Amino acid sequence: MITRRHFLQAAMATSAIVGSGLGNWSRLAAQQALTQDQLLQFDDFGNVTLIHVTDIHAQLKPIWFREPEINIGVGEAKGRVPHVTGTEFQQMFGIAPKSPEAYALTYPDFDALGRAYGRMGGLDRMATVVKAIRAARPDSILLDGGDTWHGSMTSLKTRGQDMVNAMNLLGVDGMTSHWEWTYGTERVNEIVESLPFPFLGANIFDVEWDEPAFEPYHIYEKGGLAIGVIGQAFPYMPIANPSWMFPEYSFGIREERMQAMVDELRGKNVDLVVCLSHNGFDVDHKMASRVKGIDVILSGHTHDAIPEPVLVGDTIIIATGSNGKFVSRVDLDVQNGRMAGFRHKLIPIFSDVITPDAEMAALIDAEREPFKAELEEQIGTTEMVLYRRGNFNGTWDDLICDAVRSERDVQIALSPGVRWGPSLLPGDPITREDIHNATSMTYGQVYRSEMTGETLKTILEDVADNIFNPDPYYQQGGDMVRVGGLGYAIDVSKPIGQRITDMVLTDTGEALDPAKTYTVGGWASVNEGTEGPQIWDVLEAHVRKLGTVNLPENTSVTVTGI
Amino acid sequence: MMLSRRDTLLIGLGGVAATLLPGATLAATVDELTAEFTGGTAATEGELTLTTPEIAENGNTVPVEFNAPGAVAVMLLASGNPEPAVATFTFGPAAGAQRGATRIRLAQTQDVIAIAKMADGSIRQASNNVKVTIGGCGG
Repeated sequence: MITRRHFLQAAMATSAIVGSGLGNWSRLAAQQALTQDQLLQFDDFGNVTLIHVTDIHAQLKPIWFREPEINIGVGEAKGRVPHVTGTEFQQMFGIAPKSPEAYALTYPDFDALGRAYGRMGGLDRMATVVKAIRAARPDSILLDGGDTWHGSMTSLKTRGQDMVNAMNLLGVDGMTSHWEWTYGTERVNEIVESLPFPFLGANIFDVEWDEPAFEPYHIYEKGGLAIGVIGQAFPYMPIANPSWMFPEYSFGIREERMQAMVDELRGKNVDLVVCLSHNGFDVDHKMASRVKGIDVILSGHTHDAIPEPVLVGDTIIIATGSNGKFVSRVDLDVQNGRMAGFRHKLIPIFSDVITPDAEMAALIDAEREPFKAELEEQIGTTEMVLYRRGNFNGTWDDLICDAVRSERDVQIALSPGVRWGPSLLPGDPITREDIHNATSMTYGQVYRSEMTGETLKTILEDVADNIFNPDPYYQQGGDMVRVGGLGYAIDVSKPIGQRITDMVLTDTGEALDPAKTYTVGGWASVNEGTEGPQIWDVLEAHVRKLGTVNLPENTSVTVTGI
Repeated sequence: MMLSRRDTLLIGLGGVAATLLPGATLAATVDELTAEFTGGTAATEGELTLTTPEIAENGNTVPVEFNAPGAVAVMLLASGNPEPAVATFTFGPAAGAQRGATRIRLAQTQDVIAIAKMADGSIRQASNNVKVTIGGCGG
């Protein structure tokens, strides 16, 4: 049986900097307080090691990424990780305020701590960590949870190829998928044929015959053990993203299918069953309680970084964050076809502390070289933290909504509640690359349309139910649609149709009339044939005009029922 | 589990008849249809599995499947459609399995209901909520 004792091994190795306040900290101080050896320190355990990376969103270079301030849990998830943020999160895991862990995992003092501890991530730093783990444990399995090929200007321009090349060099052993599909069926299949590892998706079915379309699992023979890894792609692919780009495939949670695959693997006498999932954390939590026989779920999609495994029955769930900020190492003791114990560490990738792997750094430079001038062109400067992550508008979203309203001359702007998009600190230049990091996608056209007040309410209600439905199986894992020029109140505890009230035009304070028509601009429409300029061009034009970005606090959304 | 084409063919050979019901001038309600099918016998749970997606990828064609070992007839209802009756499957004694799969159109978010009449005359019922959404924004 799994014991609580092993949880104690889970915390990150670093200790808080003991200092006299933020003002005295410098990058150098952070480097002296943290060492690569500390970050990698791990007492080898058991007989097999899993390495998990997920939701890198094509971030090859180190980034800032502010973790959410608002991440509301509903139903059984209320008050449970990952729906705990800020100082409550720090207290839950015994993290000292202003420590490196506090910076990596929570939002308070983000600006100051960012300056002290530096950017995080970078695939060359991740490569150093992966190589170090493999040196200690040659039989490790490196699994990528997907959302890998999308999220940057270079990935868009190369249609994912820069990430494919980098991940191949990293030595991935298997992956599953989500945004990968937004390159379209043909491109996905072209890449999949080229991959030196399996592209797993037990829940990807052929639409016409409703039959499995991709390898559901792969059995890895490592250190004398047979380890079955089942892939679970993002279940709501054709609903949350444009289904016309991959009309041949159907997805879904398909819980019975997951159970059948677990049973099939157990029937083949594997020693361990792992699910490499892009379900999102709450869906994985529910699935772990209902599907029997999964030892480990490597959870992706909702971008949660959780410093300890979450135990559901005999299943542990590992959540490894996003954007390359973390690598999870999971050592397992597997005996008689069962997981007898585990030791885990969520390794934070402090980019100023971990030495870049030279081989990977060279590959990244080569991939970026053809686009270097375009990427690095400065468009403006920010005087505030620009971030997106959180249930409601972040500052990046406010800026994007302003851009849409101003450049497309509309009363109301809608912007998708995606969870990707790194942050910027006050004083940072805003480069074209930064703009792409917040907007890049294969369906970025900014439409200009007219909608009635009633339609706008329907949209808000529908998206809110995708986030705040108390049953996780009805949650799609994004955040609330971002709005500009529109204010509203939301009671997250209410059912669909009753959550949204008090919709107003923020310019005038005038209440929205259900029967009246308003001009609306937005991007990331899932409808085929959407016309308009690309969102990154719209945002670039707006930032250029502003020169310096400093937006007032957005108070247009009132949240109750928490 | 989804039925493979082969399984569907085997079921077909085993003797199953499905009656598609739409077209009535006046839509019968779920209660009326249930009463007619069950003859007033109260339903219990178990021995009937209904499989549907949690959220429809396309409300115009939603895959629905049931498995009711020992059933002589199974009625499918879409409770939120203008015409709730979807189909009734009847299984003869030669049927190797009492399973069926079809695709149905759902006008809105609603409960899809399967009611099985067992050989002993008892009634089983299963119900799943299927959400029909305009789509969101994945993370």
